[in-house]
Amino acid sequence: MPKITYIDLDGAAHTCEVANGLSVMEGAVANGVPGILAICGGSCACSTCHAYVDSAWLARVGAAADIEDATLDLANERRPESRLTCQIQMRPELDGLIVHVAKND
Amino acid sequence: MPPIVVVGAGQAGLQVVDSLRRGGYTDALTLIGDETWLPYQRPPLSKKFLLEEMDPARLYFRPAAHFSKQDVTLRLGVSVTRLNRTTCELTLSDGSTVHYDRLALATGTRVRTLPVPGADDPRVCYLRGLDDAVRVKARLVETSRVVIVGAGFIGLEIAAVARALGKEVTVIEAQGRVMPRVVAPLVSAYFQRVHESHGVRVMTDAQVQAVVNSGAGLAVRLRDATEIPAELIIVGIGVVPNTELAAAAGIICDSGIVVDEFARTNDPAIVAAGDCTRHRNTLFAEPHRLESVQNAVDQAKVAAASLLDVPVAYAQVPWFWSDQYDVKLQMTGISTGYDELVLRGVPESGAFSVFYYAGERLLAVDSINRPVDHMVARRWLLAGTKIAKHSAADVAVDLKSVI
Repeated sequence: MPKITYIDLDGAAHTCEVANGLSVMEGAVANGVPGILAICGGSCACSTCHAYVDSAWLARVGAAADIEDATLDLANERRPESRLTCQIQMRPELDGLIVHVAKND
Repeated sequence: MPPIVVVGAGQAGLQVVDSLRRGGYTDALTLIGDETWLPYQRPPLSKKFLLEEMDPARLYFRPAAHFSKQDVTLRLGVSVTRLNRTTCELTLSDGSTVHYDRLALATGTRVRTLPVPGADDPRVCYLRGLDDAVRVKARLVETSRVVIVGAGFIGLEIAAVARALGKEVTVIEAQGRVMPRVVAPLVSAYFQRVHESHGVRVMTDAQVQAVVNSGAGLAVRLRDATEIPAELIIVGIGVVPNTELAAAAGIICDSGIVVDEFARTNDPAIVAAGDCTRHRNTLFAEPHRLESVQNAVDQAKVAAASLLDVPVAYAQVPWFWSDQYDVKLQMTGISTGYDELVLRGVPESGAFSVFYYAGERLLAVDSINRPVDHMVARRWLLAGTKIAKHSAADVAVDLKSVI
């Protein structure tokens, strides 16, 4: 199964198996990665699943759609590599993805 | 001050528990919920969960291991039948008792049931919890004709899903327009057109008189004697706050457990949060009861702070959303008492916002596929920013520049 490594706010790495088709947010929640809150349940409404995509993966992950882009404006410390993890679907070419959890509280 | 007990394992109850642990509370902590599922995300129940192949476990907020790691005692599948404030004791439906030193009530709401003859037919369903959603989903598979009673958010979201699944859908609304309780008439009109364009039959000003089960099959009978055939009837006519436990224990309730801006009830050892509360928010003069993720989460944080004796007043802008087809409705503020609507964009384009004003004061904004308007409005409402009506109406004005 493909893997994602989540780096939490304390710098700890959580490498988790995440099935294709699940969102990067769902992978974090199912594995108890701290800091990915996802209070809206993946509806792209709240920005509490915000993470920074590791620079090596940015091109493969791609850019945020308009609604996500607007929602990210609510996120803490938005950066160019900011994404809402509920909007990234796991797929074969993202096997090995690294994301850094943002401050979501 | 141990132990702390939280009654209700929905979004608010879970947030109280999380915030207590994050806030440094390390003593005994128990979360009691009457459903057998781990705490789960409710918003997808009327949307993605109904539409797609999806394991219910995907909705869990946290894996089971999280609770043991956090040293939270979960008591699931049991309800609290009695609250004794003299002995600080809860009696559970399995006969056991739980002692608390401080207590958080996050008892949520339950569905309002359809008060007409025949509504006890098993093909009449509601959607509130995961068990309901599992049932509705299974019934949808074997159904081609769905009648939805109530054109609120839940009813309309289910209508959209049912159409996407290829069902014949009729929506029956007692009042004169869809979503009558919360949005302006022009927003209602827009959503009615959207549903009709997707093939939903929307009937407004239509009162359900009975559910009839004749030889010809199941049907909804209206007051004017019209009968609408159905194989499945889904009722979404609102919810009732679960206040009985609190009220029986002498906690003040008024269509909701009454709490102040610190989420405190009239008992200093008891806080309450979420859909079940009639609460104070320092941004508003009047108390509110809100059914939303935002309120559940933000008020739960306030409740936890009070339990930790570091009180923080509740001062958050309400927000809400609804997904129907490819239309995202985002709402912020509270529009009650508005005297003027300002339209930004044109409904025919499929992307517009409605600004609700009282005099020159902005009260609320509903955005349809205009997420930037919504996000900016949330910031304005929190900061009390004045936004001139002509700026709101002018799509050439970059709202992000108005800070």
